[in-house]
Formats: sequence, structure tokens, C-alpha cells
Amino acid sequence: MSNKDAYWNKTKNHMIVTLVLWAFFSLVIFMFGSELNTMSFLGYPLAYYMTAQGSLLAFVIILFWTANKQEKIDEEHGFSEREDD
Amino acid sequence: MFKGDFIKNLPKIYGTYTGGFIVFIILMAIAEQAGVSAKNIGVMFVAFTVLIYALIGYLSRTIQVDAYYVAGRQVPTVFNGMATAADWMSGASFVALAGGVYFGGYTYMAFLVGWTGGYVLVATLMAPYLRKFGCYTVPDFIGTRYGGNLVRACAVFVLFIASFTYVTAQINATGTIASRALGIPFEAGVWVGLISILICSMLGGMRAVTWTQVAQYIVLIIAYLIPVFWISSNVGGGIFPHLMLGDEVARLGELEQQFGLVKNSAADMKAAGVPGGLKYISGSHSGVPEGGMAVWKYLSLAICMMVGTASLPHILMRYFTTPSVRAARKSVAWSLFFIFLLYSSAPMLATLSKLALMDPNLPTGIIGKSISEVQSIEWVQRWSEVKQVFIADFNGDGILQLNEWFMRGDVVVLATPEVAGLPFVISGLVFAGGMAAAMSTADGLVLAISNALSHDIYYKIIDPKADTAKRLLVARVLLVIIGAAGAYIASFRLTSILGSVAWAFDFAMSGLFFPLVLGVWWKRATRAGAIAGIVSGIASGTLYLLWVFPKFSVPLFGGVNTPFLGIDHLRFGLIGAPICLIVMVVVSLMTKEPSPATQKMVDDTRIPTGKAILGKQH
Repeated sequence: MSNKDAYWNKTKNHMIVTLVLWAFFSLVIFMFGSELNTMSFLGYPLAYYMTAQGSLLAFVIILFWTANKQEKIDEEHGFSEREDD
Repeated sequence: MFKGDFIKNLPKIYGTYTGGFIVFIILMAIAEQAGVSAKNIGVMFVAFTVLIYALIGYLSRTIQVDAYYVAGRQVPTVFNGMATAADWMSGASFVALAGGVYFGGYTYMAFLVGWTGGYVLVATLMAPYLRKFGCYTVPDFIGTRYGGNLVRACAVFVLFIASFTYVTAQINATGTIASRALGIPFEAGVWVGLISILICSMLGGMRAVTWTQVAQYIVLIIAYLIPVFWISSNVGGGIFPHLMLGDEVARLGELEQQFGLVKNSAADMKAAGVPGGLKYISGSHSGVPEGGMAVWKYLSLAICMMVGTASLPHILMRYFTTPSVRAARKSVAWSLFFIFLLYSSAPMLATLSKLALMDPNLPTGIIGKSISEVQSIEWVQRWSEVKQVFIADFNGDGILQLNEWFMRGDVVVLATPEVAGLPFVISGLVFAGGMAAAMSTADGLVLAISNALSHDIYYKIIDPKADTAKRLLVARVLLVIIGAAGAYIASFRLTSILGSVAWAFDFAMSGLFFPLVLGVWWKRATRAGAIAGIVSGIASGTLYLLWVFPKFSVPLFGGVNTPFLGIDHLRFGLIGAPICLIVMVVVSLMTKEPSPATQKMVDDTRIPTGKAILGKQH
């Protein structure tokens, strides 16, 4: 397998992992809204907290994590851009 | 004062600007103490900030094509994040979001998840690859990847429908805020708003819009956060509301029990003469509605908003301006961080505002008090005069019940500072923030449309030999025409702000999401597939909207239709996008696979290094 193909495979897998995390915080947890709301976090009902703040924060963290991870994949395969590009 | 490169000096420049704005707020506070009227403070806030944006717009003027279309591709990561956040957060986000949460509670907050979660799709599926491609506009990518004028024109068509629906709502919001702050009629406010928008974008295109959007972000975030923190400490919510409102949310649950959540009949409301657009609280604030349909309604709305976000051209084109592919990825993360600051505050503002009005133990509480007493409160009188709040004593007991208090959603943001006893300088600040939010989004949208028309239709299809001066002249003329058309339609007030904003997402996802994603991720996608997908997606989505939305379906189909699987007019992208996907895949597989040159182009797009597909000037 050429370096380009190996790079694209890793990128694809990384994309899938990111989208699984995304689906968990945007869709899966809200399938169980009533159940989650019986628990509490910081004094808020949990489902309310997640839709008002928690999932939003999770997306921000996912985005920084995914960008850093992708940069590492770039480096491993020598596709890292020079700073002055 | 600022030696050297403009880009290197950005932190200093915007730091000084932020300091200057804070000094201006303090001066206004002093002016208020010295007896300057509330109205004049509002005028000064709006006039001062708009003048600054105009100045930035003038200083960023350019005669270069890549500066006009993509800000010369030198916008640093964090600043592009701020500009995107301003581009993204519209007048509706600023003025109507907290009101939506106030009335809709948990169910409405599917919008919050949708309007933030979409950025994960932008970062993983789109932004870095479009940046590598080197396109000027979104249709530029589609036209080059699939090849041909027809597919390019189809993409421009979808972009036009989605962005134009959105821009009328933004110009409408600009007009509303300008008219209230300056005390002029709405129709005049719309044109004042339009002129402000054009000054920011006309001379410098994307470059000017970028630097004004950064300035607008700073104003709008200050204007949103100061009141939230201040109100919170005034009504006993603690100094950091985001982490400290657990008890208040619980208290709202108790108060809902105490007052009872009653649904008014349409006939009662009509008889009492409740003005259009005003709402009352009939649902729970934090409770999750029971049943599978309620869960589906939440998820389907979130899906539409997320996929729509990842297809909106005025957002995607912001990532064309970063210096590198890596910077584009990081920039998406920063964008969402800056958006998060406002979006996570909206539910807190809604909670505080609701509590301030509902809790009888607070001096600001009005529910459960006698109606004559409430009607004598100054802010109630002022907002009643302009038909933004309304009282209807349905049971005739002279006491204000929860279901008898009507209010427009915007009032939550615009009036809560006043209700919670903050000085008027804060209300003036909120006007400036709302204006910044509406203007920045309108700028981005008008530019997205006129760039697509001038670059993709005029230069690429009609006159490929046009020289730079002519191209930029056409771009500017189109900008003015699009803006004026938006303002003209906005002056008719066709629909409420949020209704049409959601439509833009559905249009974009119906026609653009899969052609963009498959263009990068599926080499086998062909020109015929893309054309068939775009056309069938946008056509089926639009037809479904006409069929399901009562205002259209009654004259067209002779009656009100029950939404299929709960997919109503806010969610019609769920019809368009899957049809687009299926048609695109089937037609692609039926046609001959793309040429080796096209396949190589896709390979190159997937790798951050190496030459862009489209040259620096094209």
C-alpha cells in the first residue's frame, strides 16, 4: 500500500471515530432524555444540562482533540505543512 | 504605534479596540448619570459601533481578486474563529435564542445542540478539504470537482435559495433593532441597516467582512455576557450562572407546578385580541416531554440543523481564508469555542429572566400579582405600547396567571436588563450587540451570494476573459443589488425571524450536503450524479415544504396536510437530503466513472501538502 493510501485509511478511521463521538453527544444521549433527567449534575437535571451546555462543551473538546490527532497523522506520513505555507 | 506587518499586529489592534469599546461603555454610563436620555444613549451606541465597522470596511478596501474573494488567505486561526462566530451568530441567535428557550424549554434546545454539533461535521468532512482545493466559493468546488457549467449553475442556485432566505431574516433583524434603537419606522430601519451592511463589505469584499466581523464579535459577546452575569448576581443567581443555576432551574419546576401550565384555546386568544407573534409559557422549562414522538421531534430538528450547518456556503467559505489546511481545522474548533460562549449563556439568561418574572418572592415578579398593579409598572407600559407584551385576564379574577401573560421572544434579551433593574446603558449595549450580530451575518450572506454570482456565473460561465477590474466591478454591483433585493423583501415582514432561518438550513442540506461530502469522500461520484442529486434534493425538499406548510398548502393543495412522520416545515431537509443522496449514488453508479484526471484531483484534495487544485488567482 502506498504512503498516500495508508494516510487516507488512517484519516478515514479517524473521521469515523470522531463522528461516533459526535453522534453520541448529539443524538444517542437525547434518545434517553427522560431517563437522564432523573439524574443530576451541578444541581441541574442531566438531560437539561446536556442540551443547555454539556453537549456543546463536548463538541468544542472533540474539535480540538480531532484537529490535534489529525496533525499527528499528517506528521507520521510526512504530509505536514510548513508554517509559512 | 503599530510597526510592521498588519497580521502580526492583530492582537494589539483588536486589544486596543476592545479597550476603546469598554471606555466608550463607561463614558455612556457617566452620560446616563449626567442625565442624557435613554433614547440618546441607544442612538449613540448604535451609531458609534456602526461607524467603527464602516471605518474598518473602508480601510480594508482592495483591488486584488484573492483579497476580495478569500481575504488573501492570511487570516490567522483564532481571528478566523471569531469572524466565523460573528458570521454564524445571527440577529436571531442574539435576539431570539434566549426567548426561544424561555418559551420552548428543553424541546427548543434541540436548536442549541444542532447549531453547535454541525461544526463537528464541518471540521471532519468539509473545511480542510475545501481549503486544500483552493476554491473561491462553494460552487467553485462543485463546478471544478464534477466539471462543467451546468453542475456549477445548479450549486449556485441552491446557494442562492438557502442564503437568500437567510439574508432577508437578517436584514429584517437589522431593521428591527435599528428602528427601536434610533426611534425610526421599521421600513426606514431596514434601509439604514442595509446601508450599514454594504459599507462594511462593498469596498473590500471578504477582507473587509473578515475584519469587521472580528470587531462585531467582540461587541456582541461583550453585549451578551455582561447582562447575563450582572442579572444573575442581581436576582440572586450567583456570580457565575453557568455553573450555579441548579437551584433556580429546580425552583422554576416548583413554580410551574404552583401556577399550573395551562394551554389557552385559540378562540380565547383571538377573542382577547392577543397581538400576533406574542407567546405564553405552556411547557416545562427543564422537563423532557414523554413519548417516542417527542424524542424523534428533538432528534430530527437537531439533525436538520447540524447537517444544514455543514452545508451553508457563508460558513464554509470562511475556512477558505486561513493560511493552511491545518489552520482551517483548528479554526473550526476556535469558531465553536467562540460560539459556545454565547450559546451556553442563552439558556442561563432564559432561566434568570423567567425566574425574575415568575418568582413572587422577588421584587421583579409579576405572575400572581394583581393585573392593575402589573399594568402600572414602567417597563410593562413601555413594551405594551409597542405591542411586545400583552395581558389578557381570561378567568376575570384580576390576578395575572401564567397563561395570561403574553410576550414576544425578543423581549427576553431586550428587556430583561431593564426588568432586573440594570441601568439603561446596558440596554444600549444590548442594542449595539444585536445590531453587530445581525449585520455580521447579513454581510457574510450577501457576500456569499454575490461572490457566487460574480465568480461562478459571470466570470466562469459568461465572460471568462474579463479582467480583474471588470470582475471586481461586477462583484460590487451584484452586492448592492442582492442587498437591496433582500431589504425590499424584508420590508414586507413575510415570516417570523426563526421560521425562515431554519428553512435556510433545510434548503442547504437538501441540495448541497451530499454533493460536497461525496465530492471529497467518494471518487466514484460523477457529474451526472451530482446534477441529478442537487436537482432532485432541492426539488423534493421544496415541494414537501409547499405541501406541509399551511400558508402554502392551503392555496396550492386546497387544505392543511398532516406532516409525514412528524416532519414539519422546520425539518423538510429530512426529505430533500436522503433523496439527494440516493439519486446521486444511483445515477453515479449508472454513469461512467470519472476520468483519471478527476480522480487524481480528488486524491490531491485529500492530502494537506502540495499545490492547491485551483491556483492562487483563478
